[in-house]
Amino acid sequence: MTVSTVAPATVEGGVGTSARRPDGILKVAGEFAYSSDLWADEMLWGATVRSPHPSAEIRAIDITAAVALPGVYAVLTAADVPGARHYGLEVVDQPVLAIDEVRYEGEPVAIVAADHPETARRAAARITVEYAVRAPVTDPEDALSRGDLVRHVPVRRFASAGGTALTADVVVTGTYEVGMQDQAFLGPESGLAVPAEDGGIDLFVATQWLHVDQKQVAACLGLPAEKVRLSLAGVGGAFGAREDLSMQVHASLLALHTGKPVKMVYGREESFFGHVHRHPARLSYEHGATRDGKLLYVKARIVLDGGAYTSSTPAVVANAATLGVGPYDVPTVVVEAYGVYTNNPPCGAMRGFGAVQACFAYESQMDKLAAEVGLDPVELRRRNAMTTGSVMPTGQLVHGPAPVADLLALVRDRPLPPAATGDPRERPGGVANTTRGEGVVRGVGYAIGIKNVCFSEGFDDFATARVRLSVVGGEPAVLVHTAAAEVGQGLVTVQAQIARTELGVTKVTVATADTSVGSAGSSSASRQTYMTGGAVRAACQAVKATVLARVGRAGELALVDGKVVASDGAVVASLVDLLGNDVVEETVEWRHKPTRPLDPVTGQGDAHVQYAFAAHRAVVDVDTELGLVRVVEIATAQDVGKAVNPQAVVGQIQGGTAQGLGLAVMEEVQVVDGVIRNPSFTDYLIPTILDMPPMAVDVLEMGDPDAPYGLRGVGEPPTISSTPAVVAAIRAATGRPLTRVPVRPEHIAL
Amino acid sequence: MEFLQPADWAEALAVKAAHPDALPIAGGTDVMVDLNFDRARPGALLDLTRVTDLTDWGTDGDWLRVGAGVTYRRLIDELAGRVPGLALASRTVGSPQIRNRGTVGGNLGSASPAGDAHPALLAAGALVELASVRGTRRVPVTEYFTGPKRSVRTPDELIAAFLVPARPGAEQFAKVGTRNAMVIAVCSFALSLDAATRTVGTGIGSAGPTPLRATEAEAFLAAELPWETRGAVPESVAARFGELVGSAARPIDDVRGSADYRRHALAVLARRALAWAWTDPGGAV
Ligand SMILES: Cc1cc2nc3c(=O)[nH]c(=O)nc-3n(C[C@H](O)[C@H](O)[C@H](O)COP(=O)(O)OP(=O)(O)OC[C@H]3O[C@@H](n4cnc5c(N)ncnc54)[C@H](O)[C@@H]3O)c2cc1C
Repeated sequence: MTVSTVAPATVEGGVGTSARRPDGILKVAGEFAYSSDLWADEMLWGATVRSPHPSAEIRAIDITAAVALPGVYAVLTAADVPGARHYGLEVVDQPVLAIDEVRYEGEPVAIVAADHPETARRAAARITVEYAVRAPVTDPEDALSRGDLVRHVPVRRFASAGGTALTADVVVTGTYEVGMQDQAFLGPESGLAVPAEDGGIDLFVATQWLHVDQKQVAACLGLPAEKVRLSLAGVGGAFGAREDLSMQVHASLLALHTGKPVKMVYGREESFFGHVHRHPARLSYEHGATRDGKLLYVKARIVLDGGAYTSSTPAVVANAATLGVGPYDVPTVVVEAYGVYTNNPPCGAMRGFGAVQACFAYESQMDKLAAEVGLDPVELRRRNAMTTGSVMPTGQLVHGPAPVADLLALVRDRPLPPAATGDPRERPGGVANTTRGEGVVRGVGYAIGIKNVCFSEGFDDFATARVRLSVVGGEPAVLVHTAAAEVGQGLVTVQAQIARTELGVTKVTVATADTSVGSAGSSSASRQTYMTGGAVRAACQAVKATVLARVGRAGELALVDGKVVASDGAVVASLVDLLGNDVVEETVEWRHKPTRPLDPVTGQGDAHVQYAFAAHRAVVDVDTELGLVRVVEIATAQDVGKAVNPQAVVGQIQGGTAQGLGLAVMEEVQVVDGVIRNPSFTDYLIPTILDMPPMAVDVLEMGDPDAPYGLRGVGEPPTISSTPAVVAAIRAATGRPLTRVPVRPEHIAL
Repeated sequence: MEFLQPADWAEALAVKAAHPDALPIAGGTDVMVDLNFDRARPGALLDLTRVTDLTDWGTDGDWLRVGAGVTYRRLIDELAGRVPGLALASRTVGSPQIRNRGTVGGNLGSASPAGDAHPALLAAGALVELASVRGTRRVPVTEYFTGPKRSVRTPDELIAAFLVPARPGAEQFAKVGTRNAMVIAVCSFALSLDAATRTVGTGIGSAGPTPLRATEAEAFLAAELPWETRGAVPESVAARFGELVGSAARPIDDVRGSADYRRHALAVLARRALAWAWTDPGGAV
């Protein structure tokens, strides 16, 4: 029997519709339960003692005063860790609790459980740690010369065999810096660990990847994975900051030790020490081109500060290297990218993941080159734009749509916003009355970026989905179960949409993500709609095949509105009749097409799955005397392959753009001698509604034949090119070189 | 922790005398942050929100007397014409929620060098009315601040009100921050030009250990302004005034900005504020 798997074009609440999110109203009304709202009877509260020093030897830890405090149930140090004493995403190098030394400010040294959060904090303060303070290594170049290398990724590709001389009629060089950005999620690290009767742990936590947490927590607790069961609690944003463990092992240790549920919630200040940040970077570029602006070569040296532990630095370095010249055809490329260890705060995943830093540099260079050859910046980019069939610096052929030139044209051709109306909120400085137009100059800037979607370099990247179809209350109903983390991006909604489209059933429930189903991989790398979406679709198709097999009739059959329908539209059977009391359930492990590792010497290899592109045009008003910036409008165009949920797509584009705007003009974790000077939302500023302008958004849907529904990952590209577009606009208004982000008022005004 | 809730002003003063280390709380927008971050653990809180005298305002001879408990929101809505500089400053405070709760009494109580009310009060020549069971005194705001987060207020005293001339001069206030709302000042500047007395008042925020006056700049400008003709302010006078304001600051380099930038920005703000106050004596935009 042949069964068609072609889904009907549009289904109510299905793929391509802006189906409503189930958590939307709860979140707006303040009723959504986040991981910090978890509660269990008799639970204890955990607190963490952290190192005040970026580098020190631990001579002694005295916990007696803490243990003596009434209400304290446990005080644990490294010696109390029953299993592996280190964890890590791929390289296991980060101590659960510091062992004999601390390597960054804020490194956890001891943990406490008490019957009240205040008691726990007081007890933590009574623990005395004797440190022998060492001089921290904080300069990445020093670290590199000392050999404190995490990873070096070279990418070398030459136009002519053996031709290594880099010469061109026009050469522009520049050195750029990117400050340390924070993900600034609003829901701090938190979770609840509940000891189970089998000696295991049930852990409720806000994370991005339940199974990678499970693996690390189990190893540290010395338990088999099946005794460490994780469920996703309400996640208040992630942006990469929940890829690494924070309180997971600590709360579990305390719970096992005390036999009571233990809750840990970081405060805002602690959160700045509780997760990795975006890698600060120093990037030196040389672009060679012909007089009419055709790129001949790009040479780059990129140094990323990974901080004290490995985290995801190796993959970030690979991204910066392989995406380091941007979405352009460049015949000769010589990129050397390094990630180093220092005693600065550990850096790891953040939206854009290595592509952000590189994009700021290569797009700044493209503007410089445009000025040098006397071309409009968009025209210069279009002349060099890669397209389908282009070859990446890694030698990888770009198969899918790569509408780089089109995206640039779309943002260029948008009408420009009108002049400011005189409403003080539209001025640089806002209502703070700093200008009535004095010193204000408008500028326009453009940028485009490229991002890989899904995991790269030969990683076995898969997602698992379990889909069950049965009759509930006289109606067909679908239950979708995955371990994929809804981090606010709308993944729960998307999973239900896919099930509706594939199975023609309206009533779809998405079960809470947990580890009782196989791994979904991480909610990162813009991959989850592609991967878990792909897995849900595949599982639905397996369910459908099983159901249709029961019809016992050949020909093209479809599931529509709870019925089996023949190709002529005739109803063959209803699902209710066909299923009766039966349950059809299928679990599928789904993979994207495989990738290859990079050659360690040449950086050649088909390392990436899919490329995504977004272009931005920023219009700014700058008070050139005071250095204050008001972004007036941002226009953007992005190819998403297929907008599975158009409203959610635009939401991602707006949010990602805001995060890029933040990096352009205000967001920086300021670190001096390894010490964070602004661990608060008083001084780590993120854009407010008066900083984020209206956006003009063009969404292209140029299907990728390899991807489910043709979709392309959406989450990261908007964050990548918005930063250089805003800075280019400020340069246009001020004439300043502005080689560092965030741009501060003094960089403009002094 | 004890929670003391006097019903009226006399009781408030008596309670403060009996519990000098009780921490007054008005809008709570500074106090609650300190409690939350464990920066303060007072033995008692003294809630002033039931004391209605603190939320009144009215004239007192040549002065306008505004109770310490009047919120920024009310200053903007009810008093923008009478305290134009302070109303401009009030608009820049925090967010709508903070302006609904926060008070000038609380700003003075915290005495932060970055408090946005302070430059406007300095420029206007305000008095701070302090009271205790021992009596009431009115301290010129120029003498009120003694150091970062320190003032002349004694432990048994409460802030009753502030007073500004009932007939305001041409006032301006401007604040530089690194985002367009909800931001602590990198630096701020307030100006008052009183044509009747031909005097100039200034206030500098967030550029020294306390809010500051630019005394030399005031004297220079008072002497140089064409009060008689009300002609244009010569460019050289505006520039010199700006320089003098910049050099009156005692800024440091910190996470919010560099000392050099603060001096520079103050000079720019001073020039602009002067132009606006001179040409548009009405003040507020
Ligand atoms: C999110 C946020 C944004 C903010 N933005 C700004 C800003 O832009 N500009 C700015 O200047 N401030 C800002 N603040 C700080 C704060 O809002 C102001 O300082 C405000 O004026 C405090 O007033 P309050 O009534 O809330 O004071 P409270 O917090 O109640 O008290 C502050 C201090 O004053 C004392 N106090 C209060 N009333 C009296 C009294 N009658 N007698 C004696 N002592 C008294 C208290 O004991 C305490 O020490 C912000 C605060 C927050 C939380």
